[in-house]
Amino acid sequence: MNSVEQVLLADSQIDDAVLSKTLKSIMGRKVDFADLYFQSSQHESWMLEDGIVKEGSYNMERGVGVRAISGEKTGFAYSDDISPLALQQAADAAKGIADAGKGVQVQAFKRQSPLKIYQAVEPLGSLTQEQKIDLLHQVEAHARQADSRVSQVIVSLSGVYEKVLVAASDGTYGTDIRPLVRLNCSVLVEDNGKRERASAGGGARTDYSYFFEVEQGKARYLSYAEEAVRQALVNLVAVAAPAGTFPIVLGAGWPGVLLHEAVGHGLEGDFNRKGSSTFSGKIGQKVCSELCTIVDDGTMADRRGSVSMDDEGVAGQYNVLIEKGILKGYMQDKHNAKLMGVKPTGNGRRESYAHLPMPRMTNTYMLAGESSPEEIIKSVKKGIYAPNFAGGQVDITSGKFVFTSSEAYLIENGEITTPVKGATLIGSGPEAMQKVSMVGNDLKLDAGVGVCGKDGQSIPVGVGQPTLKIDEMTIGGTQ
Amino acid sequence: MTEVKQPMDPLIEQLEQVKGRVAKVLELAKSLGADGAEVAMSRQQGLSVGTRLGEVENVEFTNDGALGITVYQQGRKGSASTADLSEKALTQAVEAAVNIAKYTSVDDCSGLADKEYLAMQAQDLDLYHPKALTTEQAIIIAKECEQSALDSDKRITNSDGASLDCFAGFKVYGNSHGQLVGYPSSRHSLSCVVIAGTDDQMQRDYAYDVNRDFSLLESGVSIGKKAASEVISRLNPQKLSTMKVPVLFRSDIANTIWGHFIAAISGGNLYRKSSFLLDALDKDVFPDFVSIEERPHIMKALASSAFDSEGVLTLDRDIITDGTLQTYLLTSYSARKLGLTTTGHAGGIHNWLVNDKNIVSRGNKEADFDAIVKTLGTGLLVTELMGQGVNIVNGDYSRGAAGFWVENGEISYPVSEITIAGNLDEMFKGIVAVGADVDKHGSISTGSILIDEMQIAGQ
Repeated sequence: MNSVEQVLLADSQIDDAVLSKTLKSIMGRKVDFADLYFQSSQHESWMLEDGIVKEGSYNMERGVGVRAISGEKTGFAYSDDISPLALQQAADAAKGIADAGKGVQVQAFKRQSPLKIYQAVEPLGSLTQEQKIDLLHQVEAHARQADSRVSQVIVSLSGVYEKVLVAASDGTYGTDIRPLVRLNCSVLVEDNGKRERASAGGGARTDYSYFFEVEQGKARYLSYAEEAVRQALVNLVAVAAPAGTFPIVLGAGWPGVLLHEAVGHGLEGDFNRKGSSTFSGKIGQKVCSELCTIVDDGTMADRRGSVSMDDEGVAGQYNVLIEKGILKGYMQDKHNAKLMGVKPTGNGRRESYAHLPMPRMTNTYMLAGESSPEEIIKSVKKGIYAPNFAGGQVDITSGKFVFTSSEAYLIENGEITTPVKGATLIGSGPEAMQKVSMVGNDLKLDAGVGVCGKDGQSIPVGVGQPTLKIDEMTIGGTQ
Repeated sequence: MTEVKQPMDPLIEQLEQVKGRVAKVLELAKSLGADGAEVAMSRQQGLSVGTRLGEVENVEFTNDGALGITVYQQGRKGSASTADLSEKALTQAVEAAVNIAKYTSVDDCSGLADKEYLAMQAQDLDLYHPKALTTEQAIIIAKECEQSALDSDKRITNSDGASLDCFAGFKVYGNSHGQLVGYPSSRHSLSCVVIAGTDDQMQRDYAYDVNRDFSLLESGVSIGKKAASEVISRLNPQKLSTMKVPVLFRSDIANTIWGHFIAAISGGNLYRKSSFLLDALDKDVFPDFVSIEERPHIMKALASSAFDSEGVLTLDRDIITDGTLQTYLLTSYSARKLGLTTTGHAGGIHNWLVNDKNIVSRGNKEADFDAIVKTLGTGLLVTELMGQGVNIVNGDYSRGAAGFWVENGEISYPVSEITIAGNLDEMFKGIVAVGADVDKHGSISTGSILIDEMQIAGQ
């Protein structure tokens, strides 16, 4: 028995026999598939502001979700009490929907040992409380030292330690331990009565030692402080952004939020099974410029969006979504994969035991191309260079998507010149992606800060891309 | 199929039990050395049913509970929360909060709300109207709603379905000032999302209603028809050219504009000097015909509350009178940081009513909407906003938009894939009129907002 089984099952007097019995009781009626999802999580966060540690909090969650699928119908119930009785009550409620299925036999459990994409470390205890406090103060001090115009600093640190266990009627039986840490620095800079705020940070599926690791000659926690100050100072002197249609050069890394919105959501299996996505029925068709190869990769070591196994017990995978502009496949969970006659792709994810799994992204990025970032900038006579974004949104049916820059510059005659204020860029997914005319050789993933929301469920994700040029996009400035 | 339990009696019974547990948790905190503590506990049960293309898609039984505790120890603060409500977990949560308070810093402004502002009784605001529906009954209602949309127009080609959600639950709040209050509430909603058009010309839109009292919910047939008419009206949109024009925010999205105003006068942003409305108290923020009242005690209203999330008694307040800012929105903490007193806004606002004294209602929402479109004349009617491009520190505003081009007071054609941009301070002062076509779906009752000029970016 591993530690996940001990905590989620044995401590609550649940064993294999109880799991099998519960699944059998559901499958007794016209049910095609059923699964049980046990979860426990501990989450802490600390916040420093005005030079003092103002807040600290600790959150515990524990429960089990029971799902029964019959044809296209899903029945779902959950309980924050893990016990044989609560499990049976949830099962009785969930199976109520069954009238369309075939009544499939429960398979014997096949215990899987998933890939170790990240280590089973416990982040909360990886620093003492004193060390966590000290880390917050050091980030603050570094931000204040960076520039005298820094008037406020907010630093936050959080860690999650999560254990999950999935047991399903198809014999799936898997456990996973998922650490996740995050550090963020937000600053306010003031100069002559003008104020701007900016923030920077990062995180990964590991413990707090991540923030002390040296990357490009500097410990990460110090880089976050400097980056927040740098961005805020850029915006302090930014002028109004232009309004209209321009060539746009997107920086490497976090601007990959473009792919998440313009392409990613539209390739999730549920929307395509229902035919409600602008990408529905387009497998094999050219949906992007041939320079674009886009993947969703749950197997990147320690990445925020990675999954050793997804929330249905399917191993994390490297899935090519678009290859040289051609649509190759959708991201699937078990339910939608079965209805579409394809294999699950390790994208079945859920916020918690109290939420149903859906096809979701993991780490979504575009592979590197051949242009150097410099030649991409040089190719633009008048346009915008946007290396940082705040976030985005998409309407998967019309394909319209937006994302909002948090750092941007004018490009004039092949040179990056004046910083411009944050502005929203809008486009239509397939159209904008056809207009990708140069792709850089500098693929970079984001720093580990992405949160994706869908149907009210938030999960951690990653994005990335090389520097790339879109010949034409609408930018919502005021000039 | 499963019969949903009549939630009323067991819930009310539980509420009383939970009050006892909250009192115990407060005692435990005290015994562990906390000199102040507050505990909030909530429970919510419900049924969510989704249908799509006439078939059941999801049946979900929700059942959520959580307890949050904050302790204070000589000016230091620690918090913990748990969704596991076993005795063992509650004890762990209290211990965790007390432990955290050993490491946080002394903060002179932290602590419970001052006793004199607390609501020692929870006024009954008639918020609890549980509805016991069987799953079969719920399915029939959702199916009927979606079918009405599907039958409305041949151009409806697909559906994302209809869903009916019925929730009932309670909240209990207690603190070491001796306050221990709680109230039950319910919330029911019915919504429908449909798709029109084909291939690269697909559009989606939705309609919904939400009410504390199930019997006051708009009929499924009417919601379905609305969803259908919304999506049909969006078909074959055009882009606009880049230009400056007057912009009308339709009443169902106008609350987003007031939402930015709320952020700008919230204590947290003010003491952090992160608002474009610093020192705006008693100054003109809007034109003199605009007034905003807050009425926290409207019976059955969605944002009604007898006390805020710190237990502070909520009061009727004037937020804007003749365009002038009357109050900030403060919690105990932000009030102390600013040298003021709390306004009972921990956790948000409570029922805002926006009024334009120059506008007289014609007695029905459609006529009132037509009237403000006439006032717009020629310009952009915005019915959808996308993205997060709002900077509260300096008021810069830039968002994706869709809606309709209006020519001489008549809706001309749908538009999409454009952005609208400006500065909130100027947009507020540039309000020309607030319509009488009031949308009452949320916590802010407002008509459509007409702004004199904004920058549109298109082709």
